[in-house]
Amino acid sequence: MEKELKYVDMVEQPISMHPKKFALWLFMVSVVMVFAGLTSAYIVRQAEGNWLEYELPSIFWVTSGIAVASSLTLHWAYFSAKKDNFLNLKIGMLLTVLLGIAFLVGQWYSWVAMVDRDVFFVGNPSGSFLYVFTGLHAAHLISGVIFLIIVLISTLKLKVHSKAMDTMEMATTYWHFLGGLWLYLFMFLLLNH
Amino acid sequence: MATATVAHHDETAHEHHEHHDNFITKYIFTQDHKMIGKQFLITGMFWAIIGGFLSILFRLQLGFPEMDLSFLRPLLGGWIDEAGKLDPTFYLALVTMHGTIMVFFVLTAGLSGTFSNYLIPLQIGARDMASGFMNMLSYWFFFVSGVIMFISLFIKTGPAGGGWVVYPPLSALEQAIPGSGLGMTLWLIAMTFFIASSLLGGINYITTVINLRTKGMSFSRLPLTIWAFFLTAVIGLLSFPVLFAAALLLVFDRSFGTSFYLSDIYIGGEALPNTGGSPVLYQHLFWFLGHPEVYIVLLPALGITSEVIATNSRKPIFGYKAMIISMLGITILSFIVWAHHMFVSGMNPFLGSIFMFLTLIIAVPSAVKVFNYLTTLWRGNLIFTPAMLFSIGLVSFFISGGLTGIFLGNSAIDIQLHDTYFVVAHFHLVMGSASFFGLMAGVYHWFPKMFGRMMDARLGYVHFWLTFVGVYLVFFPMHYIGIAGFPRRYYNWTNFEFTNMYTDLNMFVSVAAIITFAAQFIFIFNFFYSMYRGRKATLNPWRSNTLEWTTPLKPGHGNWPGEIPTVYRWPYDYSKPGAAEDFIPQTVPLSATPESNLPHEQEMVKLEMEIMKEESDVLVANESKH
Repeated sequence: MEKELKYVDMVEQPISMHPKKFALWLFMVSVVMVFAGLTSAYIVRQAEGNWLEYELPSIFWVTSGIAVASSLTLHWAYFSAKKDNFLNLKIGMLLTVLLGIAFLVGQWYSWVAMVDRDVFFVGNPSGSFLYVFTGLHAAHLISGVIFLIIVLISTLKLKVHSKAMDTMEMATTYWHFLGGLWLYLFMFLLLNH
Repeated sequence: MATATVAHHDETAHEHHEHHDNFITKYIFTQDHKMIGKQFLITGMFWAIIGGFLSILFRLQLGFPEMDLSFLRPLLGGWIDEAGKLDPTFYLALVTMHGTIMVFFVLTAGLSGTFSNYLIPLQIGARDMASGFMNMLSYWFFFVSGVIMFISLFIKTGPAGGGWVVYPPLSALEQAIPGSGLGMTLWLIAMTFFIASSLLGGINYITTVINLRTKGMSFSRLPLTIWAFFLTAVIGLLSFPVLFAAALLLVFDRSFGTSFYLSDIYIGGEALPNTGGSPVLYQHLFWFLGHPEVYIVLLPALGITSEVIATNSRKPIFGYKAMIISMLGITILSFIVWAHHMFVSGMNPFLGSIFMFLTLIIAVPSAVKVFNYLTTLWRGNLIFTPAMLFSIGLVSFFISGGLTGIFLGNSAIDIQLHDTYFVVAHFHLVMGSASFFGLMAGVYHWFPKMFGRMMDARLGYVHFWLTFVGVYLVFFPMHYIGIAGFPRRYYNWTNFEFTNMYTDLNMFVSVAAIITFAAQFIFIFNFFYSMYRGRKATLNPWRSNTLEWTTPLKPGHGNWPGEIPTVYRWPYDYSKPGAAEDFIPQTVPLSATPESNLPHEQEMVKLEMEIMKEESDVLVANESKH
């Protein structure tokens, strides 16, 4: 029995995944490592004391809601594309792009709220870290919005349908990842600030 | 033989795939992994000469502190003062740039970039990398990074001078030394490009190894080179982003006035506004990359050595599975030992003991690898090609440099040895020279595949012996200097009584370094001469088993003119009892070698026959379509 298994192993063409999708996953791993590095730095630094305490901007609750909503609309668009329902697909994509931009605007207002609290980028690292987390996440989110806009354009040209889902799937994966990354950062800040 | 027929009859079908490139798409913005590999190699060689030359400059200062260096003024200009002395801050910049260039540009990009690119598709049986475009981008990011680093060598305030680890606050404050000014900024920009290049390359390598293997190339049949490149890419993917995070915060501290790493600093009696930062934080982040980086540099060299030693011992590699498991072990352990670089940073001694324990565990997989190299060599029909000599040289450095690692890994002994020349000797042997020898072994071994010609073996022997003896003459005395307490990165020691007595030893080291450096030009000559005038290579000059030797002498873009060969066996069937030849390439089916099959292989033959019949049916069907 074992030998037969080995044999099957031998002849199978070992292509398991779409290379570009796989590369996207690896890219997300590297992004995870950047934020893992930064959040660990935050914990290590916090443990050393001399740590400025401040209240998190409440707008983070709103932007988190927007992030979840955008993931839902995108997934709706994704299902619509699978069913070749082009109208819903376009609406879903457009909504997601708008929500993505709304999220970015919301994050900007979180910085405004921080400045109102007299917590600036330059100052105690406790505040600087928040700017770095949100700023670096926003930089990635901008790349995600650009990706979504590219997919939106190709949906308008009817290039996304149930037989051509690759870019759509990649955009969905990436966008969910960015949303999840934000929720992680927010929860991290809630627990550790 | 099925493979032979496959290769012949599909030749015409492939004509359509053949690209007709012009000069720019063929040699400059190429997406062919083979050309990109060669680009990495040539660029790496360029940087190796510069990095080596910088080391000669500071060796002159260390070995001959009284020497009049005015003859260098045409090159170094104002860095040589009126009295013919090297500027002390420029000395720091020299050490910094030597380290940066050698670690990142030569032994990461030049080694991993060259051989991962060149060998992964050829040895796993793929037409090219998963994304040729990303691969091209990877090289050009590296190139831009190199250009920026090169420019930084010539600016007025000099290149970065804070050591290759660029610890803040030294690197964060422009007022600290000239090398923390514009040079440091350029260093950070260059490294950002370098990180992007490494990530693009690494993502590509991992994707290719996992998704694009040819039929039959299971993970248990991968050559150890590919395993090594694969794990190297995994380490890079996980550790370079953390360096990016560290560098990003450093950029903010330098240019925006934040205080991540800075706190309570007085310059010229005046307090800086920064409070609340922690320089040790940078060390944690940096060494989380910095230690895995050692294995990013070393693993590819070990992989190349496995392949070269097995081929030239005409024996299967001893303990194939053990080799893979120990590389996996090194990969995992490399991430949890970083604080052994920080034993004297004031960390909790209990934490130090934990990191010491984890560090010493690395000796186990390393020793397994050494043992397996030696047992592969044991009673083999050794063929001493230059590549083989360099591989054996690697094993030698890996042992002698690895042993001192056990000393340094002990947190108590490290208090005495930390930041002395003992450390310099240790890592130059185990990481620097070992990886460099792996690189050299790779070049000598795969040169015939890269350029279709052989390198001159006799020049190779001269190059090997001069380099091998030279490396030991340079680095062995440094152990004694280090135990005596000489700190690294010091401009000179003649002012101290206890260091005076070693002046002649330093002189000796410097002379040896100059000779070793000079010997590298034998290689450079051999490389470029053989590229055009070398003896024409045969298809499989080393009588090796792996797939790259089944390609034509000068493979085009796409590697195999016909169908990609199928793999039927592991890559180490050397000197199999009963076989007609002392090697059986991976493409030879078990059914073609009944005389040498082991009992369990004999049983697989029947199933193999069925598959080959199926395949030929498919081929016939394809044929009728044309």
